[in-house]
Amino acid sequence: MQPLVVDSLVKRYGDFTAVDGVSFAVEPGTCFGLLGPNGAGKTTTLRCCLGLTAPASGTVRLNGLPVPESAREARLQAGVVPQFDNLDPDFTVAENLLVYGRYFGLADAAIRARIPELLDFAGLAGKEKAPLRSLSGGMKRRLTLARALVNDPDIVFLDEPTTGLDPQARHLIWERLKALTARGKTLILTTHFMDEAERLCHQLAVIDHGKLITQGSPQELIVTHIEPQVVEVFGEDAPRWAETHGPLADRCEVSGETAFFYCREPAPLLAALSSAPGLRYIHRAANLEDVFIKLTGRELRD
Amino acid sequence: MIVSLYAPPRLSSRWFAVWQRNFLVWRKMALPSILGNLADPLIYMLGLGYGLGSLLPEVAGSSYVAFLAAGTVCASTMNAATFEALYSAFSRMHVQKTWEAMLNAPLELEDVMLGELIWAATKSLLSGCAILVVIFGLGLATSPLALGVLPVILLTGLAFAALGLIINALAPSYDFFMYYFTLFITPTTLLSGVFFPREQLPEAVQGVTQILPLIHAVQLVRPLLRGEVPAQAGLHVAVLLAITVAAFLVALVLTRRRLLR
Repeated sequence: MQPLVVDSLVKRYGDFTAVDGVSFAVEPGTCFGLLGPNGAGKTTTLRCCLGLTAPASGTVRLNGLPVPESAREARLQAGVVPQFDNLDPDFTVAENLLVYGRYFGLADAAIRARIPELLDFAGLAGKEKAPLRSLSGGMKRRLTLARALVNDPDIVFLDEPTTGLDPQARHLIWERLKALTARGKTLILTTHFMDEAERLCHQLAVIDHGKLITQGSPQELIVTHIEPQVVEVFGEDAPRWAETHGPLADRCEVSGETAFFYCREPAPLLAALSSAPGLRYIHRAANLEDVFIKLTGRELRD
Repeated sequence: MIVSLYAPPRLSSRWFAVWQRNFLVWRKMALPSILGNLADPLIYMLGLGYGLGSLLPEVAGSSYVAFLAAGTVCASTMNAATFEALYSAFSRMHVQKTWEAMLNAPLELEDVMLGELIWAATKSLLSGCAILVVIFGLGLATSPLALGVLPVILLTGLAFAALGLIINALAPSYDFFMYYFTLFITPTTLLSGVFFPREQLPEAVQGVTQILPLIHAVQLVRPLLRGEVPAQAGLHVAVLLAITVAAFLVALVLTRRRLLR
């Protein structure tokens, strides 16, 4: 059974269409990424999937159950890591897990038996009695992840799980999420970090202005949407140089003092650059960020 | 989950987990919380009761301090439930996002709000009990019938908690609650026979204010403390119950509009 199937989902707020006909299905044991700029409709899509708001039209099946109609039952086997921390500040680490487990109707003894294992998984072993206020941002995030696993869910929703974390903390979260898919858990992840999506997600859907623009594996998206090689040229003179040398690449974009050359065959361009000693450049393989920028544009989103 | 704002509430026993959560927080700060709930009403009751009372002859057939004791039980119940349903519930709903975490678990908004409603009433029961102990200690009530005040306190707490949850659903920030206190809670305290018999009010005012929930609480508590069975007890209980149910339903619709859109 596919743990999450979304079909033609539409959500409107007055005249504004936040989610506009989004469809996707997630295979069990995989990590599915929803990628999009701020305000693209990612969080609203997640809220519809969890039955926290009723869509204007379309259907959601979570763990085989229709949502929002049977959301309560469907959420029994789901975990959620929200975008903003909502742990209980008045409680210790263990109390946070105990109280949250009760919301699932679990017996205290069953929750207490799980707590050491959960804390161990989250890298918080021995922190049972630590007050919440003593935890760092990364530790709180990991506790939130442990809390989302208190009911041993089949599917876990993660809304920008690493936003605001330092690189060490992000890497630890990534490693834990990989461990979860290795155990057969299904993950639904929203992010706007391309390296995060590329590393973790088996399948990705790019959403912008509420519409699903494309979906596939990270590699498929790169192959389908973008030339394989990228040369970035920096410096004051880069934009002017790009005007005359643009035709050496398949596609060329200028943003500020950087010119991006997308090409299948970079040799002529690199040769031209070697005779322009004032310009700095890097030559790299195309990545997901290139795809993202191509599909959603370079303008700033608020 | 609701498909419409006006869908009937789907109540379940899951509210108890919400109540338990609030109880666990309270337990950590129980002593200062009880003292805080007790000090303010007691200062008023003893200060006004003995100070002002020494100037007064009997009020409505008892000493002024005994008269005021009944009013104080009701007013402090109202205040305890109101504070909990406004400031504390608002912290959990809006500031700490505790409700959001609960709604991500298999709890519905109905469960969360019912848990908050019963929790606020529980807190008012605790504060009412504390005052009752003092009343017995001072010998202001002696009849075992006075214990009948306990269910009245719980019911009064429920009614004011439900009303408070309406205001909670509408509040943009903590400042908004001042309007509710100034425009509703304070007039209610003065018009409900807490400090002086309602018969002192102009008849027109007495009639118009008959709907105020605190009046019904006072009319139940005062005779019970004296050891008498209240007149029209069924009516007063029914009014408090009706206010609880109606206000809870309104609060549920308004909170759905706020959180589940």
